[in-house]
Amino acid sequence: MRRSTAALDFNPAQRFLRAASSVLWRRPRLAATALLAPPMLWFVLIYLAALGILFLSAFWTVDDFTGEIVHRWTLVNFETLATSETYRAIAGRTLGIAALVTLTDIVLAFPCAYFMARIAGPRLRATLFVVMLLPIWLSYIARVYAWRLILAHDGVLNWTLHALGLPAADIGYTNTAMWLVFSYIWLPFMITPIYAAIERVPGSLFEASADLGAKGLRTFTKVTLPLVVPGIIAGSIFTFSLTMGDYITPILIGGPGSSFIGNVVYSNVGIANDIPFAAAFATIPAVVMVLYLAAARRLGAFEMM
Amino acid sequence: MKIIRNRIATAVAGGVAAVWLTLGVVAAAAPVKADYPAKVGKGEGQLNLVAWEGYAQDEWVKPFEKQTGCMVHRKYAGSSDEMVALMRQGGGGEYDLVSASGDASLRLIYGGDVQPVNVKLIPAWQDFLPQLKSPPNNTVNGLHYGVSYEWGPNVLLYNTKKVSPKPTSWDAIYSDAHKGRITVPDNPIQIADAALYLKAHKPNLGIKDPYELTQKQLAAAVDLLQKQRPLIKKYWAQASDEIELFKNGDAVVGAAWPYMTNALQKDGVPVADTIPKEGATGWSDTWMLSAHAKHPNCAYKWMQYVSTPKVQAEQAIYFGETPANKQACSAMDKIQDGACHKFHLDAPSSYFDQIYFWKTPRTQCADGQRDCTSYRDWQRAWQRVKG
Repeated sequence: MRRSTAALDFNPAQRFLRAASSVLWRRPRLAATALLAPPMLWFVLIYLAALGILFLSAFWTVDDFTGEIVHRWTLVNFETLATSETYRAIAGRTLGIAALVTLTDIVLAFPCAYFMARIAGPRLRATLFVVMLLPIWLSYIARVYAWRLILAHDGVLNWTLHALGLPAADIGYTNTAMWLVFSYIWLPFMITPIYAAIERVPGSLFEASADLGAKGLRTFTKVTLPLVVPGIIAGSIFTFSLTMGDYITPILIGGPGSSFIGNVVYSNVGIANDIPFAAAFATIPAVVMVLYLAAARRLGAFEMM
Repeated sequence: MKIIRNRIATAVAGGVAAVWLTLGVVAAAAPVKADYPAKVGKGEGQLNLVAWEGYAQDEWVKPFEKQTGCMVHRKYAGSSDEMVALMRQGGGGEYDLVSASGDASLRLIYGGDVQPVNVKLIPAWQDFLPQLKSPPNNTVNGLHYGVSYEWGPNVLLYNTKKVSPKPTSWDAIYSDAHKGRITVPDNPIQIADAALYLKAHKPNLGIKDPYELTQKQLAAAVDLLQKQRPLIKKYWAQASDEIELFKNGDAVVGAAWPYMTNALQKDGVPVADTIPKEGATGWSDTWMLSAHAKHPNCAYKWMQYVSTPKVQAEQAIYFGETPANKQACSAMDKIQDGACHKFHLDAPSSYFDQIYFWKTPRTQCADGQRDCTSYRDWQRAWQRVKG
């Protein structure tokens, strides 16, 4: 007796919750909307709105002295970008080094990934994975500084060369140094997707290729490579975009003439307080990445991520 | 200036500033008029500072809190520009005081972010070096927008083993005698150093003040700096960068602060510094009062306190710079034997006068003409130099 009255005797809050849950149960679409609304709101407000403001402000200018934004529509920022040789050179350098780093990482990562996926036993594979990912556990800054010590005038590299009786390599604080450091830092981001791609290729395909008389190189070009290309593209999205967006390594490792787009954006926001110009320059990597991602999607890279 | 320019923190602050600015936070864009308190009243119990790292150390903050009951909340900034951004954020008023360097102070004054300070309420102001009572970087139309604090020169640093004879001219960083072993700061204000060199070596350019350059003079400075670029090993961003370059032998000569000389000598690296015959640029910091300060009494108490000889001496030795208060000499020697002489507080005023202190370049020159180049022009020019 007591039990049955207890079941009917909900307090108002409980009754409301019960009613709400039965409504949501009857209308699954409403439930989904309620669940998705907060993250969507976050995405639209914080992410898209910030991007939108950034893009809008590229068409404004800044008062020279007080640093206040002048809300008058103008293309002057884009004009400066297009006509200045310096900014063209910086954009070219940024994209060029990003491309070079990507190519280097593909060449380095492929054999590693292949060995891990096809040749190494489970134990060795696990060890290799740890070794490969180990640097990511360390702080980015610590790794970059380590390279600075290696490449310095009296650093480990020159010390070793000297011990071997070879002439000193003066590559500290140059674009070569940046290329080396970037290639090292982003390598794990290339190995992982390529490994995933190679692992997915069924072993029977290699056997079939061999049965049909294809030698190693032919199997590689006709079977392995085409199937692994999406993985390579996926990895290149990381290495390319991470290099293109970086501004710390150019500060720490670069020499004179090593500025990236990020450095110009940084100094315009942080030093000159010229946010509109920074926004205008920042649209270049954004546009490049949109085109890159569109191309990558067509090549099926997103299935490898 | 200074020691730990945390680039990332600056970038984050810049991002915050970006959002504020783009949302259209409007500040009154004119110097604020004087509205002096008659006397310093009872403290409000709180004080919010924006300061260079090392400018609000416990050694002198704790006694201040005990003495006045004003609890100090510190926000360290890594660059002049971060300071300006912090003082403007949220419409101003989040912070009461800022330890602005000369390359930021005029921006804060003309941006309407700071208000005049009644120096009659700061007794120690009477003892300041005469040049720092009303310096042009914090005094506009006879109004003091804050009180001077500490200063120092940007010196020529060199490795005594690798560079001989002892350099006496800034030629050392513009000629190819030390090609590939030179380092200079990565800062648009470095253009003033080039202008100072041209002022001595190319008098027909007519440079009077290295911070007031016409388009033509700026172009000449940029030309000199572009010729210097192939000689440079690295443009340093932080004090620690330059120290490392000298330690590892990557650089043997460069533009530096006395701080680096002290740090390197302490580590046994054979270096010395000098102010070359052309003179030098330098920094001079000012405690400036926010136009919207919420704790003005505590702020005045702080300005009184940090102007006293003891705090000035502690600050100078902690950081490696020179006090504004000339009475700080004996207090310095008490902390560290010979410190007063080491940091040039006992130097004749000719020492001070050979330093051209940082100030923000503006389109309006001192003679009222509007044909000078602005800080933004300098920033763009510096980007052209670095390539």
